[in-house]
Amino acid sequence: MWRMYGEMQIRRNFYQLMRRDEMEMIHLTIDGKPVTAEKGTTILKAASTVGVDIPTLCYFELRDLGIENKPGGCRICVVEVEGRRNLAPACTTKVENGMVVNTHNIRVLNARRTVLELILSDHPAECLTCAKNGNCELQSMAQQLGVRELPYTGEQSTYRKDTSPAIIRDVDKCIMCRRCEMMCNEVQTVGALSAVNRGFMAVVAPAFEMNLEKSTCTYCGQCVSVCPTGALTEVDHSRNVINALADPTKTVVVQTAPAVRAALGEEFGLAPGTLVTGKMAAALRRLGFNYVFDTDFAADLTIMEEGSELLDRLSRYLKGDKTVKLPMLTSCCPGWVNFFEHYFPELRDIPSTAKSPQQMFGPIAKEYFAKKLGIDRKNMIVVSIMPCLAKKYECQREEFKVNGDPDVNYSLSTRELAHLIKSANIDFDSLPEEGFDNPMGESTGASVIFGTTGGVIEAACRTAYELYTGKKLKKVDFKELRGFENIRHATIDFDGLPIKIGIAHGLGNARKLLEDIKEGRNQFHAIEIMACPGGCIGGGGQPYHHGDSEILKQRAAALYREDEGKAIRKSHENPFIIELYKEFLGKPLGEKSHHLLHTKYFDKSAGVFVEE
Amino acid sequence: MAKIKLSEKKLQELKDICTSFNHEKGELINVLHKAQGLFGYLPAEVQEIIAKELNVSVAHVYGVVTFYSFFTMTPKGEHPISVCLGTACYVRGADKVLEEFKRILNIQVGETSADGKFSLSCLRCVGACGLAPVVMVGEKVYGRVSPDGVKDIVAEYRN
Amino acid sequence: MAKKQLRIALRNCGVIDPERIEEYIERDGYLALGKVLTELSPEAAIEIIKKSGLRGRGGGGFSTGLKWDITRRVKADQKYVVCNADEGDPGAFMDRSVLEGDPHSVIEAMAINGYCTGASKGLVYIRAEYPLAIERLKIAMKQASEWGFLGTNILGTGFNFEIEIRYGAGAFVCGEETALIHSMEGLRGEPTVKPPFPSESGYLEKPTNVNNVETYANVPVIINKGWEWFAGIGTEKSKGTKVFALAGKINKVGLIEVPMGTTLREVIFEIGGGLQDGATFKAVQTGGPSGGCLMEKHLDIPIDYDNLIAAGSMMGSGGMIVMDDANCMVSIAKFYLEFTVEESCGKCSPCRIGNKRLFELLEKITGGNGTPEDLDKLRNLSHVIKDTSLCGLGQTSPNPVLSTLENFYEEYREHVFDKKCRSSVCKSLMMYIIDAEKCIGCTLCARNCPVNAITGERKLAHYIDPEKCIKCGACMEKCKFGAIFIN
Repeated sequence: MWRMYGEMQIRRNFYQLMRRDEMEMIHLTIDGKPVTAEKGTTILKAASTVGVDIPTLCYFELRDLGIENKPGGCRICVVEVEGRRNLAPACTTKVENGMVVNTHNIRVLNARRTVLELILSDHPAECLTCAKNGNCELQSMAQQLGVRELPYTGEQSTYRKDTSPAIIRDVDKCIMCRRCEMMCNEVQTVGALSAVNRGFMAVVAPAFEMNLEKSTCTYCGQCVSVCPTGALTEVDHSRNVINALADPTKTVVVQTAPAVRAALGEEFGLAPGTLVTGKMAAALRRLGFNYVFDTDFAADLTIMEEGSELLDRLSRYLKGDKTVKLPMLTSCCPGWVNFFEHYFPELRDIPSTAKSPQQMFGPIAKEYFAKKLGIDRKNMIVVSIMPCLAKKYECQREEFKVNGDPDVNYSLSTRELAHLIKSANIDFDSLPEEGFDNPMGESTGASVIFGTTGGVIEAACRTAYELYTGKKLKKVDFKELRGFENIRHATIDFDGLPIKIGIAHGLGNARKLLEDIKEGRNQFHAIEIMACPGGCIGGGGQPYHHGDSEILKQRAAALYREDEGKAIRKSHENPFIIELYKEFLGKPLGEKSHHLLHTKYFDKSAGVFVEE
Repeated sequence: MAKIKLSEKKLQELKDICTSFNHEKGELINVLHKAQGLFGYLPAEVQEIIAKELNVSVAHVYGVVTFYSFFTMTPKGEHPISVCLGTACYVRGADKVLEEFKRILNIQVGETSADGKFSLSCLRCVGACGLAPVVMVGEKVYGRVSPDGVKDIVAEYRN
Repeated sequence: MAKKQLRIALRNCGVIDPERIEEYIERDGYLALGKVLTELSPEAAIEIIKKSGLRGRGGGGFSTGLKWDITRRVKADQKYVVCNADEGDPGAFMDRSVLEGDPHSVIEAMAINGYCTGASKGLVYIRAEYPLAIERLKIAMKQASEWGFLGTNILGTGFNFEIEIRYGAGAFVCGEETALIHSMEGLRGEPTVKPPFPSESGYLEKPTNVNNVETYANVPVIINKGWEWFAGIGTEKSKGTKVFALAGKINKVGLIEVPMGTTLREVIFEIGGGLQDGATFKAVQTGGPSGGCLMEKHLDIPIDYDNLIAAGSMMGSGGMIVMDDANCMVSIAKFYLEFTVEESCGKCSPCRIGNKRLFELLEKITGGNGTPEDLDKLRNLSHVIKDTSLCGLGQTSPNPVLSTLENFYEEYREHVFDKKCRSSVCKSLMMYIIDAEKCIGCTLCARNCPVNAITGERKLAHYIDPEKCIKCGACMEKCKFGAIFIN
């Protein structure tokens, strides 16, 4: 048989094993340059320290989040290691003392190029009409390696197309990099996707290759955000929005989520972390939206409801009410809601019943603002701009419709908004800074930080603290709740009452945290969970970060900057929120609020249905 | 994919199989072997139950099922016909024998005839290279099969 | 078939009743285990295996003793030894024969391996398609436990060792160690990049030593008879014997075991009795889908690991298929590639797509549409696939193409330039022609042609329209006058 043991390799390994203790730093040569690297470093990383940039395709890393994908499958990063029979993948091969690596001699270049030609030979050449055109890593690689023709052509593997409420799978374009599979299983622990079949027909798909809609998919969109090609993309609703804008009978209202303003600029060449709140509002106005509002306003509203709910549960709990469910889990993330409905339905009375900001905005727009304007809710179209793909599904949920009319009609991703702006010939860079319209455009610093992990719970603490203690916060910043660590714990002193807070971002971390609670390993009063690593700034609808976690950090920093710069930084101090309660809602958790701003959750654990 | 209904008894047997392997996810392949022994194939429902019992995702189970050629999601015929396409059989004309089976039964490899009587599959070396080309119908081995002999083999099982 | 053969791995096959441990014991069974456990330290026992020169019989030919030593040196609370019995090579069945005929030798060797490496657990990964071998192995395991050769405190030495069976499910790639380990863990049998080698991090991330059945079968004898004896057999770098499965157009098919260094000619013509029906030898394929096709000029090469690789083939697990003039070498290469395409796991792009493209190129050539550039493409692509694939499957899958290109280039040339298949295997390159001299115009052929490709007036010579002809051969079969021939 062909089980070839690389004798040289194992020998070298063997001696290395014997001397393991002595070595920490490894000395090797890459492209003639001497390199010193820590033991365990890969050739890829060691090379980058001396300015040698080895191309990669399947390899993917979000360093600050500890996410890495390196199946060693695409073979684009192969390099020559002298003394080895075969080329070695730089992404998985660890440095060894005395190693001599060549990353671009003729053997390597020919092999790398041929491998890419092979991948392209099994990939539809539909670049011009592909959603990933210009943003496709395979396309860039073809450009980088200068592929001009395909010498090897033949059958292409084809599969059924699949459109779900949020995500389109066109896996003819799948190159088996396995990033989505890694995200779905290892990071998110959703398990909707797996590599299926073998050999030429191998592809990543849901069970039985059925539609994503029938799987346990939460639409978190992390598969989309890491897909290097157009195999996984979002369902594009921009055409519906254009039609609505062109319809004179419709009043079109738009809301923009906090995380969008910290990332949209990247689509126009601005540095990551550039805040474009004002330009974004200006662009939306020029696109023809009748009212440019802010989801942040609804986020403040969420804090009022969710914060009050937390206080209500807490005070009942402290009074000895045994029926109170604690910890209270946040519920503004639709990916997370889908997740617990699928995997932890027994916990479905624990999350706050408060709707997400997107879904609070909807009824306020259609039941309050539309009435104020004197128009029928059917003639109002609510569009949301979201960093998220699960929001597309959330706004289609039956419980968020009135007589078939959805509270939020269309949810566009940050990327779709960028496309809209570009296609409308708007020069984003030269736009003036404009403000949002009122009444639903005014927001506080608390609502802005909703867009990053830890932000919702920080915002809730600011309000809950003051409402509970009746005292003014000396310092509104709760730095202990910030950061990118997977699971974070903190205890906040509510004037003598220690409130234990848990935070998880990424569904895998959420699962861990929930299991800890179920097993009694940890206890909390309140927990914030965001489905996407990093929170909404890393959402499935954001501009592609291509594995650069620095971008995510910059986006988060931008949101905290915006928070700091705000005059009002606590949700309950938002004058328009105060006005809204006075004029329309009454009080938090009141009857009207209950009806318009709260929801319930479902048991979806039956999960998989087999198609007839 | 047709939906099948599992009888209570079969369902219990399936769960017992999973229990006998301690619901260990590492035992998935052993469980699938036993389950296929029980049902003759691995319909979607069976995979769903196994996934639940072993606490793995259905996608994972399906990924494993579709990786290994021994596992099948289509029920085999009453008389499963396997043509050996090992090298020894191939150099002695097994490909022509296979073509003849396809022609006579009017099915492709991996399919089952409409009456459910025959299914056709290929296998790699049954270790009877001396008898090449070799065909198996159920457990019975036919050696030195020629394309002409195919119709006689099929006729044996027709009634 | 006794001549020139030397049976070490197969010493007991067909000699003892494999279901009776007494018969195994009668022939020195479990003596080696006893010796190792009571007289030798693990290091000393490994030293014997190392010095014997035993190399892995699964194909790679890595030093067995060194492999054991590496596993022994890794510190871990739990280690495993694995017997790879997932024989997937089409045309090789020595592992099955050993497990069916002498299962105790494998059990004994695994226990020795466990003692030497510090593993208390053994796993046999066996093809589910081998029911008899599984049955016999189970019986043998039960008997070995009853006799105290497996279980706790073996032979009163305090050494514990158990064996479990894991079933393969039909994936050739699971012959690769890392893929095999993933399969045993209940995963898709996809290989992972080495290093880390299984000896450091294998089954359940514990140090794992994987050897094949035939390798194990040699171990007890080496311990009993001494390394000097074993090292005295074979060539300088390949010691002992090798089992081959002789098949194809040869008179005596079946398993043979010969000392390393025996020539291919001796195997084929003396032991195998030459070709059937006095046919002319054309090629011998060794090493299965990862091996190559050797020709007449290679027949006097002494068989060992290194010589076969130097000749462009490999030892593999020991398949040996003899071919004659009726075998088209381009089609043979295509046959192997078809196998590889079907068995590729799909994880790495060169193997997943490259082998498919190789196969398609061969299809094009055998279909009569090959171009001179295609021959260059075959070569370049083959080298890149070998150079860049993740595991042994892809790293060797182009060997049948490269070796036939090297040794039978003339046949490729004929297919491409002359549009001819000298073995009349490639249908598209065949032309059925009616010899006008011999045809009497009986019309029988025309009436039997399924596509009405034959025209001609009664009593006059007929003509086959090559455009319409589907080369089914019905006309030639029916013609009573031998007037139809293939060009």
